[in-house]
Amino acid sequence: MTKNFFGDTAVLLKRSLRHIARSPDTIITTAIMPIAMLLLFVYVFGGAINTGSDSYVDYLLPGILLITIASGISYTAFRLFTDKQSGIFERFQSMPIARSSVLWAHVLTSLVANLISVVLVVLVALLMGFRSGAGVLAWLGVAGILGLFTLALTWVAVIPGLTAKSTDGASAFSYPLIFLPFISSAFVPTDTMPGPVRAFAENQPVTSIVQAIRDLFTQQPVGTGIWTALAWCAGILVVAYAFAMATYRRRTS
Amino acid sequence: MTIDSAIHVQGLAKSYDEHQVLRGVDFDVARGSIFALLGSNGAGKTTVVKSLSTLLRPDAGTASVNGFDVATQPAEVRESISLTGQFTAVDEILTGRENLVLVAQLRHLEDPGTIADDLLERFGLTDAAARKVSTYSGGMRRRLDIAMSLIGNPPVNFLDEPTTGLDPEARLEVWHAVKELAEHGTTVLLTTQYLDEAEQLADRIAILHEGRIIVNGTLAELKQLIPPAEVEYIEKQPTLEDVFFALVGDDDKYGDAGRDRSLATSN
Repeated sequence: MTKNFFGDTAVLLKRSLRHIARSPDTIITTAIMPIAMLLLFVYVFGGAINTGSDSYVDYLLPGILLITIASGISYTAFRLFTDKQSGIFERFQSMPIARSSVLWAHVLTSLVANLISVVLVVLVALLMGFRSGAGVLAWLGVAGILGLFTLALTWVAVIPGLTAKSTDGASAFSYPLIFLPFISSAFVPTDTMPGPVRAFAENQPVTSIVQAIRDLFTQQPVGTGIWTALAWCAGILVVAYAFAMATYRRRTS
Repeated sequence: MTIDSAIHVQGLAKSYDEHQVLRGVDFDVARGSIFALLGSNGAGKTTVVKSLSTLLRPDAGTASVNGFDVATQPAEVRESISLTGQFTAVDEILTGRENLVLVAQLRHLEDPGTIADDLLERFGLTDAAARKVSTYSGGMRRRLDIAMSLIGNPPVNFLDEPTTGLDPEARLEVWHAVKELAEHGTTVLLTTQYLDEAEQLADRIAILHEGRIIVNGTLAELKQLIPPAEVEYIEKQPTLEDVFFALVGDDDKYGDAGRDRSLATSN
């Protein structure tokens, strides 16, 4: 079984990438909402927000990148659901291929699609005046954190993709994920929030991930915060992966 | 019996929650024959097919396909079969040719391109090869679906209601493809709710009713189950099917894949 895993995953990955190449609107729509938020917050609200940093776009970008990924992964659930619905999923399952390659192909496709969306958003941010003195290592660090975050949320997306009864159901789960950054330090510092909200904001995954990326961009020492961020990503990844695989096995037995 | 059987099923049972779909199904399918599993909607036909193609785990009973046990040797079973499901399992966004190449690659075959081109030719899809499947008619889609199932020549083929939802002409195309399969020595297990389909294609017919096989035999044997025919004289009226084919013509149906099949254009 495992001897074919990489080959089969590569063949199926090529198939999903063709889907993306033939419907680039899925990438553009993924990038448009975060770009609109970026414009809105930098040019409309930003002037009234005191973050203690010189440039609001520099402060905002890490959170916007997380929103981009949170909205991008809903297409993974959608694509998986469509495959299941059309019967092609069962065709693959009845063929002599490594079974988990069907899921991995979708997961890797999600990484590629989100990478493109994230690059688009970063380019727009650069046009809007985003600047970072970060070196190659720091950029690689940012890419690594975003990649891990994408991987974790993608495995979360696999669960509704496999279990949903309708297209709407398959993608609706991502809405709360998109709004999670609002109750964090992504848009405004948490100091002005009332007690319980502040406690939630400071202890949810988005704040530590945003802070780690921000520190890397602004060449601050990342301290222990980055370990909290990585632990959140890894934790979500492991739990989501276990649930997704259990769901997958239950569906296919 | 079991040594020679391509498919051997004994005591197969499956329930969904409280609902017993299969209550002990037994049958054998000889190598190279066409076996029709006849039953109304909800009789359990798809559940039998899914159990045999390792997509579902039965609650009780044993089944083997091409000599391999579906429970203990699922990988070998999957090497031996192909499944053409109830709904055409084709990739809408890929072209016809890309669909065939995809399956050939997943079956780890040499030269997927040539395999795809040969099948496109055989199923009259060469002209449509470079078009997205989403532009295909129902009949073309089903033909592509069956073509995908033939890749790698698996010795056992499951066809789950292959003609449901097809127009009469597309239906004949599928029948033609199924007959050709059996001529090449492939064992075919076909499920259908159409009596004439079973009559046309199958060497043996089993009727699945409320989760059990209630009869199993050749068409001649089944006909003997009811009292001998009485001779009656009736006026032979053309059926609507006769009229339809007289008007649209049923020749050259493999050469013209993209033709519009609607009745409105025929007069």
